[in-house]
Amino acid sequence: MDLVTPGIGLLFWSTLFFLILLFVLGKFAWPSILIAIKTRNESIRRALDAADRAKEKMAMLKADNEKILAEAKAERDALLREAKQVKDMLIADAKEQATEEAKKLVQSARESIQTEKAAAINDMKTQMAILSVDIAEKILRAKLEDSKVQKELIDKLINETDLN
Amino acid sequence: MSVRFLTVVTTFLIGYFFLAPGIQLFGQDEEFKASKFVLEHIKDSHDWHILTTKQGKHVSVPLPIIVFSKHSGLNIFLSGKIAHGHNYKGFEMGHSTIMKTNKKGEEVEMSLEGKVVEVDGHGDLVAEGLPLDFSITKNVFMMFLSIVTLLVVFLGLARSYKKAGIKEPRGLQGFLEPLIVFVEDDIAKPNIGEGKHLKFMPYLLTVFFFILINNLMGLIPFFPFGANVTGNIAVTMVLALCTLVITTFSGNKEYWKHIFNMPGVPIWLAPIMIPVELLGVFTKPFALMIRLFANITAGHIIVISLVSMIFIFKSVFMAAPAMVMVVFMDMIELLVAFLQAYIFTLLSALFIGLAVPEHHHD
Repeated sequence: MDLVTPGIGLLFWSTLFFLILLFVLGKFAWPSILIAIKTRNESIRRALDAADRAKEKMAMLKADNEKILAEAKAERDALLREAKQVKDMLIADAKEQATEEAKKLVQSARESIQTEKAAAINDMKTQMAILSVDIAEKILRAKLEDSKVQKELIDKLINETDLN
Repeated sequence: MSVRFLTVVTTFLIGYFFLAPGIQLFGQDEEFKASKFVLEHIKDSHDWHILTTKQGKHVSVPLPIIVFSKHSGLNIFLSGKIAHGHNYKGFEMGHSTIMKTNKKGEEVEMSLEGKVVEVDGHGDLVAEGLPLDFSITKNVFMMFLSIVTLLVVFLGLARSYKKAGIKEPRGLQGFLEPLIVFVEDDIAKPNIGEGKHLKFMPYLLTVFFFILINNLMGLIPFFPFGANVTGNIAVTMVLALCTLVITTFSGNKEYWKHIFNMPGVPIWLAPIMIPVELLGVFTKPFALMIRLFANITAGHIIVISLVSMIFIFKSVFMAAPAMVMVVFMDMIELLVAFLQAYIFTLLSALFIGLAVPEHHHD
């Protein structure tokens, strides 16, 4: 068997063996192995991508949380400020109202005192008139005991009274 | 680590393996012919010689001989029947040279050494010539072993991939997966183009692992390994022919246009360009065939030559330096085993890539 002359037997057997190997492995081994490797590579890539996305999401969530917190704080401050304003306003209103009411009360008291006073004065005047008349009657009665005095008085009164 | 350990063990086994017949040779005062010794190893053979005892008895594993002759039809028997000059049904091992007329009509000398010949009653070769030899030789036997190993390993691997799903690779899977991924990502994709490479992956992977396992098995020096399979021209020829067939049948319009009507080349150059391009179609796989054959054969020759030094110098003190050099060479051969598998696959991918180019000429 020469070194550089291919022998027919070995040519035959190597062709046969190699084609069998190529066929069997090509049909039953390589496709599933290659697909398995590819699937695994893809799943690893997907997992890494998902991890990256999750990280981004976390960062975003954190930023969101901070924003929400800041907003909440601002809102609280605003609410507090408003409440204070309302309180102040209410107090001021109440004060004003109270003052006005007091004023009104004083006024009406003053008016009623005035009225009472006037009525009392009138009453007093009437009483005094009645008393005066009574006193005058008593005096007159005493004076008119005699007829001369009566006549004088009638005359004086007639004279005093203007008959025109 | 374990590979290195294996190589060291292997090397010392080579030593033991060749020392035994060597010692016997000294005893017989027989001239040690290194070139004959080396050539006998790197060529194919009909039986598997293991050792020669001190009594001069050859211990070898007989292999089936399958010959088909026009004279007596199909004959199948074990090589032991025709060993040491025995004749079986008219068949014997050739040991002389004959004159043969070649195609040019010249008389050339042809050696019958190592060939199965058929002789008639007078001891002359039969008129019908040499029988067709389809024997299970040493190389066929080891190749069969490598095929069985590959089938077991990769069918098992496919099953374990199915079972493991997307889990991380472990065990043998962890060793083989980088090689498979390497063939796909660094050989097929860059040379053929992503997407298109898928169709050729089974061939490239098969050829890569076939060459690799036979290279590695060839480095193990004891039965049933150590045959020079990938260093045999018939085997590399079959592999190169596969690449040629695949290249030719998958060649697209662009590829044939480049051969018969090279764009940008004036038409009057066609009578030169077409034969050159056509020749190129065949020289590419031819180079593949020669490269693998020469590299692996050369490696075997160097290792065995270094071992032979012990017997050439006829001194046991030569054994130590020879072993050191053999270990060194085996390390290099281990690299070459991977390298040649890689180069054959790479160039096959390159040639396939040339046959299926993208359309980028107007």
